[in-house]
Amino acid sequence: MSKDKEKLFSKQNRALLTDPLDDNNPITVQVLGICSALAITVKLEPAVVMTLSVIFVMGSSNMIISILRDIIPTRIRIIVQLVVIASLVAIVDQFLKAYAYDVSKQLSIFIGLIITNCIVMGRLEAFALGNGVWKSFLDGVGNALGYGWILIVVAFIRELFGSGELFGVPVIPQFIYDLGYTDNGLMLLSPMALIVVGVYIWIQRYFNRKLIEKD
Amino acid sequence: MSFIRKNLDKIKKPFEKGGKLEKFYPAFDAFETFLFVPNHTTKSGAHIRDAVDLKRTMVTVIIALIPALIYGIYNTGYQYFIQSGLDFTFLDAFLHGSYKILPMIAVSYAVGLAIEFGFAVYRGHQVNEGYLVTGLLIPMIMPVDMPLWMLAISVIFAVLIGKEAFGGTGMNILNPALTARAFAFFAYPTYMSGDKVWVSEASNIDGISGETILGALAGGQNIDYSSVQMFWGSIPGSIAETSTLFVLIGAVMLLYTGVASWRIMLGSLIGASFVGFLFNLWGANELMSFEWYNHLIVGGFAFGIVFMATDPVSAAQTQRGKWIYGLLIGALCILIRVFNPAYPEGVMLAILLMNVFAPTIDHYVIQSNINKRRKRWEKIKIQTV
Repeated sequence: MSKDKEKLFSKQNRALLTDPLDDNNPITVQVLGICSALAITVKLEPAVVMTLSVIFVMGSSNMIISILRDIIPTRIRIIVQLVVIASLVAIVDQFLKAYAYDVSKQLSIFIGLIITNCIVMGRLEAFALGNGVWKSFLDGVGNALGYGWILIVVAFIRELFGSGELFGVPVIPQFIYDLGYTDNGLMLLSPMALIVVGVYIWIQRYFNRKLIEKD
Repeated sequence: MSFIRKNLDKIKKPFEKGGKLEKFYPAFDAFETFLFVPNHTTKSGAHIRDAVDLKRTMVTVIIALIPALIYGIYNTGYQYFIQSGLDFTFLDAFLHGSYKILPMIAVSYAVGLAIEFGFAVYRGHQVNEGYLVTGLLIPMIMPVDMPLWMLAISVIFAVLIGKEAFGGTGMNILNPALTARAFAFFAYPTYMSGDKVWVSEASNIDGISGETILGALAGGQNIDYSSVQMFWGSIPGSIAETSTLFVLIGAVMLLYTGVASWRIMLGSLIGASFVGFLFNLWGANELMSFEWYNHLIVGGFAFGIVFMATDPVSAAQTQRGKWIYGLLIGALCILIRVFNPAYPEGVMLAILLMNVFAPTIDHYVIQSNINKRRKRWEKIKIQTV
């Protein structure tokens, strides 16, 4: 019973939350979930909504699978995982359609595509099937935060330099435009998202030397 | 000469090992080897050293670029005065062009070399010579009226993302000058294409049409320039790519000194002529019936294949690979021109695409060579056994 006495936010549990932010980031270190990072980071608003949706889906699905982990037959576990994720995504989708119709239109199929986001199922397979409920929940939320952090950084840069706005509000003052400044059209195209992620990885490895592979 | 040498030796002290400014040795070294061929000697083994090192090669390319550059400066002024209907002398045209172009060259070199020096000092290696050529190429392929800060950002992008991210000169996959142009093309399309950018001041003065020939063709208009004008270069276009004649002079210099590969140039020429000829036979629209020989002398085709496609770093390395690489650049360039009116000038995209494929081409050329030799060897083995 002494094990159950472990504090809710012990050092290990905190690492589950914070590790994916830097050392084990799903996008910049594990290179998962790139497609959605390219597609929905033109503006900040959809990126933030996407982050919240993924946090909800990953936290809940990790929790549910962790509860069911002893009674899921190994052979059909992928199907069970898919059903759980798909149901949660359907809830998010309906919720957005009801309360944030514009954003849900902008995100179009990408909310639905959370089902196929490798990060979600990857965490279920790698973590939730073998760990307790609380830890699985933290792991899901942590990875979703790591994913969302990159999304928000990329969206911030792309919206600021691509359309001169943040959350749809113009932030670059008019006199700078009058001096001849022009928004960077390349920022609105998806190749630039890839380049921004690449530069982020470059900077991250500059500060975090242990991520550099030995050849 | 000995005066420069003496002074260099005098200020060399603090830069050497243990000196105060040891950190900045790469910067000093860059200047010294720029002026003098380094006199390092090999310590062991037998080596053949050529006096023509990378810096001397790059200077050859720069000399080859100068005819086109000088004509480009004149043509910038010429187009401006002709289109606005003013009287002008040769000198007027030249001065107007210099006033427009020299600041672009200065900005390109200042920004690019600053980044190169920064990385060299930080990484502790020699300054990469490659930028000497890139820095001149970039302003030569941009529109005249491009704001200088845009040029600076394109240069930063090309040097940082196109080159330093891959490890500096000799490691880049893409041609840095074209990377800068592609960046500007997609980032600031209103400044990089259309009918208001290719002649000096066209956006400020009504009645000046800054349309290039290819742009006019893609828009379905008729063109009133003759082939002779296209070859000589008295047409609107970016700074130094208008005159095929002066590009050819540069090409002769490069081929004579052996700096550029004739296989790539000839390959591109054949590829473009062949595809252009096929489209002439088809002739479904204005662009398709544009004569194949005009395709070769209009736009940046000549400039691209002479100075960009032959870049020894990003081109294919094997001899057969160079043929394939050249042929495909020529063919793709005409294909893009004809089928995609949104990109009237296809040569930039064609070269960048083939840059990406160059290592793949080399791989298969080498592999086929290995297979051929293996088969031959197996035959010999069977006969002797």
